[in-house]
Order: sequence, then structure tokens, then C-alpha cells
Amino acid sequence: MKKTFKCEVDCANCAAKMEDAVKKIEGVLNARVNFMTQKFTLEAEDDIFDKVFDDAVKACKKVEPDCEIG
Amino acid sequence: MTKKQKKVRNRIIITAVMFAALLILDKTGVMEPLPELAVFVIYLIPYIIIGYDIIRKAAINISHGQVFDENFLMMIATFGAFGIREYSEALAVMLFYQVGELFQSVAVGKSRQSISDLMSIVPEYANLVSESGDTSEVDPEEVSVDDIILVRAGEKIPLDGVVIEGESFVNTAALTGESVPRRVSEGSDVISGCINGEGILKVKVTKAYEDSTVSRILELVENASNKKSRMENFITRFARYYTPVVTIGAVLLAVIPPLLGQIPLSDSIRRACIFLIVSCPCALVISVPLGFFGGIGAASKKGILVKGSNFLEAAAEIGTVVFDKTGTITKGEFRVGEIIPASGSGIGEGDLLELAACAESFSNHPIARSVIACYEERNGREPDTLFIDKAHTKEIAGNGISTIYNGKELLVGNDKLIGAAASIGLIDEAAGTVVYVSYDGKYVGAIVIVDSIKDGVKEGIASLYDIGVKRAVMLTGDNKDIAQHVADQVGLNDVKAQLLPADKVNAVEKLMSEGDNSTRLAFVGDGINDAPVLMRADVGIAMGSLGSDAAIEAADIVIMDDDLRKISSVMKIARKTVRIVRENIVFALGVKLIILVLGALGLTTMWLAVFGDVGVAVIAILNSMRTLSEK
Repeated sequence: MKKTFKCEVDCANCAAKMEDAVKKIEGVLNARVNFMTQKFTLEAEDDIFDKVFDDAVKACKKVEPDCEIG
Repeated sequence: MTKKQKKVRNRIIITAVMFAALLILDKTGVMEPLPELAVFVIYLIPYIIIGYDIIRKAAINISHGQVFDENFLMMIATFGAFGIREYSEALAVMLFYQVGELFQSVAVGKSRQSISDLMSIVPEYANLVSESGDTSEVDPEEVSVDDIILVRAGEKIPLDGVVIEGESFVNTAALTGESVPRRVSEGSDVISGCINGEGILKVKVTKAYEDSTVSRILELVENASNKKSRMENFITRFARYYTPVVTIGAVLLAVIPPLLGQIPLSDSIRRACIFLIVSCPCALVISVPLGFFGGIGAASKKGILVKGSNFLEAAAEIGTVVFDKTGTITKGEFRVGEIIPASGSGIGEGDLLELAACAESFSNHPIARSVIACYEERNGREPDTLFIDKAHTKEIAGNGISTIYNGKELLVGNDKLIGAAASIGLIDEAAGTVVYVSYDGKYVGAIVIVDSIKDGVKEGIASLYDIGVKRAVMLTGDNKDIAQHVADQVGLNDVKAQLLPADKVNAVEKLMSEGDNSTRLAFVGDGINDAPVLMRADVGIAMGSLGSDAAIEAADIVIMDDDLRKISSVMKIARKTVRIVRENIVFALGVKLIILVLGALGLTTMWLAVFGDVGVAVIAILNSMRTLSEK
């Protein structure tokens, strides 16, 4: 399943770091943080999607405390 | 401004006022009698107001093991300044850093806004008509294929479909940049994202929302910024090395000269702080993608979709443009170009056309239809088939028609059909397809059928030469004479004729190897059966592809309407974008380099270093925003 969320992030560099961090999470098939469109796209298996999404949000917050996802 | 930005703005104002007051107090000597510690505390208050979030972020990031981020660098630089008792400079660095950051986020937000305005094509709802005839407002995603929807005046068409009831003008400007509304009536295809004018339309949905034109275009534009140009990749790689190298340089600069006893420690620390301040590559990291994003946005405002920054970069270097003939240069519609009665046959133009039209009225061949269409246009009625002996009419495939008219034999077709009867000088075949007419065993004349050239092709090609395209080539399956004739009419300087569809890829590859390496080759087609060529060319440009999935899929640049002039428009936008991005790279790197050198030699102040960091970033961003304007 692939889903796109709104994602508030302040700098291009942070967006790239967030993307790297999310890609390292187990269960993530693909992820993208698009700074220009302020969108966060996550691809993961259906049955574990919600859990992966929570992990991803946590990972993003860790890299960039100011970001807002959802 | 967002809430977050307003908060930062208020902090900046407060700090700026305090900073100005402190400067005045300092200059007038009021502070002099105060003990060192008191001065430190006085400066610390505004410093904390303006910089607490930077220090907090730096601390959090260090605890996560991320050292080289800009917050950390700013913290170290300002702490260093405090350490050497440069209080006002420490405060100034932090203040201007925040001003710059605020400016950046406002500027980026603004350009993002103007691009999302381009995406105002997204429909919010659809009026679904149930079987009983009631309408209800639903999410476009819930509508399935073959459902009936109602589009009222002024509403956006939410899904692709066919009009089954009603008549109106629809405005396609958001998709094509074309301001003249298009007329639709029963049976017309309508495309999502267009705005319905006056009338009410009932539309049968042909595509689900996720396959409809609107969602495909949106996806394309949003993903465009994920395909990086060479310049962006260069900057990403550069940034990875630049910051650590400069930071290490700062450490060395702080430690080595004092150890060698050349300059005092406080001086070397000040120089190291200058290094740290300019070590952030933000100016480049933000302005380069922003420039490309703006360029793509400007293009989509004109109805040109660019599928990635890399393609925009390539479009700036187009030197050869290859066109497919049918559907791109010509309409693929036949019409009568010339009517040439044989001299001495005593038959006039009108009679000749009447003979041909009568014979052709039993055929559905495109050429036959064009003759009939010409007759109807001139006489205002269908050809009179009274004198035609239907029983003796036969269509000879590939050659023409043989029939009996008013009791005498009538042949309408190519030179083979009238063969022996045509002891006549054949008409020059270059102009188009020639239909010969023979009546009662005598050659009476010929009608030349031409494929009409699209409007604006000549201007479009001329505009390419104007901006420096060297070669404009046409590929076609037609015979050489017809192809050359078309090419001459529109001003193309090369033709590759008699190509089978499979040969087109080879022809393009050959042209690519002929061109010099610094320029790119663009192929322009309608995407109907030239998808392989579109993919093979450096830049594949699909024309008139509003709603054509195959073309959108295969092409790198999609021109939504039929206007060839847009090729030169997109090249101009691309060149401007690349130029602006280059300016930014050179400017930002140049300024930083100068400051690094001056800083190492102790010839500059921290003030200048702050300009080197945020000032340059802001100027580069403002420069990038110029790509958004269309000219």
C-alpha cells in the first residue's frame, strides 16, 4: 500500500535526512519526503502499514523535531 | 506567513530592538563602567531570546549522533564569539542567521504556493446522478466508470468522460494554457480539470479518478522534483564534503597558528568562527532545486508538463529537433488542394469535381471523403448520384473507382487505374496524392489531395531557428517527393522519408550520433505510435496529448495542446532556469570562497561572514524565484 501524507518540514536538507531515516525502518518498501510539495509518501505492506507509519513518524521527529506529519 | 514564521518574526523584532539599544549604549560608553560579567549577562538575554531554539535543536541532534548540522555550527560559532568576548558579534550572527532563515522559509513557501496555484485543477466533488435521476455530491474518488455525473455551470469537470446531454463551452486554460474555451456537445470527450462554462452537462464517466487526466498530471508534476538534474546531484555531492571539510579547516585554523605562536588564540578562534558560519551549504541546497521547481512550474502554467528537472536541464541544450509528420506537422486529414482540368477536354473545374465526387460517393476511403467534402463545401449539397449506374460501380482496392456515369465509363483513381487511357503528362506527384479522372475513355483532369498542415507549424519551426536550433528534421513513411514538399512549406531543413515505423528509432539514433555531444536531440510526436522513439530520444516531446495516456507515459515533456511554438517556449524556460541556477552556484560558491580566504587571513569580520551565509542564501533564493515568471 502506498499512501501520501501532508508533511510540514522547514529545510530541504532536513527533508532529505528524514527520507533516509524512514527508508531504514523495517517494513518500509519505499519512502519519499518531498520538500517542494511538502508531501510524505510511504509504501509498506498493508497489514503492517499503521505500525510502520508510526515508526516512520517517530524516526522523522528524531531527525527533525519540528516536523509535522499527517 | 505561518504561525511558526510569525513567532520567529516577533522574536527577531524584539531582539533587533534590544540589539540596537545595546549598540547605542556601547558606543556612548554607558556600558564601560559595568563589570565584565554584567555585560555578558546583558548580551546573553537577547541571545537566548533569538537563539534558544537553535541551541535546543543542536543539543537534540548531538544526542542523536548528528553533529554536522547548521544549528550545531551556529551554536559553536556564537559560543566561540562569546568566548573571545565579542558579545555584539555573537548576538549579530544569531540574529542575522534567524532573519535569513525566516526569509528563506517565506520565500520557499511563496514559490511553493505559486506552484500549487497551478495545481488548482483538483476537483473537490462530483455530482453523481443516480438511476432515479437524483443527484448527490460525492468524492470524485467514489465515482466509478460508466456512472453519470452532472457538471453545472462554473464547476470543474471532476472526471474524464463523454458528454451524453447538454452543450457548453469548457475552459481548458488550467491544463493547456489555452484561453479560448472549447465547445463541447453530445458525444464530445471532456477532460477532468477543465471548467464548464455556461451550460449544464451530463457526462458519462470513462475513467476512474486515479486514472483521470487530473490525477495523472498532478502526480507527474509532484514527482518531477524527484528526478534530479545533473546540477542538483552535483550540489548534493558537494554539500556532503563541503561542510565537514570547512569544519575541519576551522578546527585546524583555531589550533595550529596559536601553537606555532603566529597569532594569539582569541584571534585564531575568531577566524575559525568565520569558517563555521560560512560552512553551511544552504544557499545551494535550497536554491538549486527551487530554481528547477520554478522552471517546471512556469512551464506547466503554459500547458507544458516537464516530467523532471533532468529533462528541463536537457531541454536547455536541444540542438536538433526531429518531428514526426502525420499528427504533428500535418493533421492527418486529407483535403482537395488543387483541381486541374485537362486542357482541351472542354471540362471546367466544377464539372471535373462533380464527376469525381459522384464516383467517390460510394466509397469511404479518406481520399474519397475529402473529394466529397470539397464538393459539398462548394455546392452546398451532396453530389447527385442520379446518373451513376450503381450496378456497375466497383471499388478497385488501392487504385480507385470504376463506374458508369450517364451511360459512359468513368474512372477515378491513380495513374494505374486510368493507365492506357492516360497518354497524358502526369501531374507532379510532389504536391500530394493525385486522383486522375477519365470519362468516356478520355482523360479529363486530375484532383490533387493534400494532407493539410497544422496551424502555427511554420511559426513554431521558425521560432526554433530563432533560438539557435540547428537542425529541424521530419520523419515520415510517405514518399520522398510529398515529404520534401511538406518540409519546404514549413521550413524544415532535412527530411527522412519512406521510413517504416520500426526504422524511426534507427533514424533518430543516427541523427543523435551525427550531432555534436554538447547538444541534445528532441523528438516531437503525437505519442500514438511513436512511443519507442519518444523514449529513445534525449528529450521526448509529446504534442496534443491532453488525455492520451500512452503519450504522457512515454514522453519526457508533454505539450498539452497542438502548438509547436511551445517547444521554443519550453526551451527558453529551460535555458533561463539553467542560467539562473548556474548564477546561483557561481555566486554562492564564489562569495563563500572569498570569505573563507579573507577569514583565514584575518581580513574579515563575522558580520561579513553572516552575509556570506544567509545573505547569499536569500539572494540565491530570490534569484531562483525569477524562474517562476514565464518570460
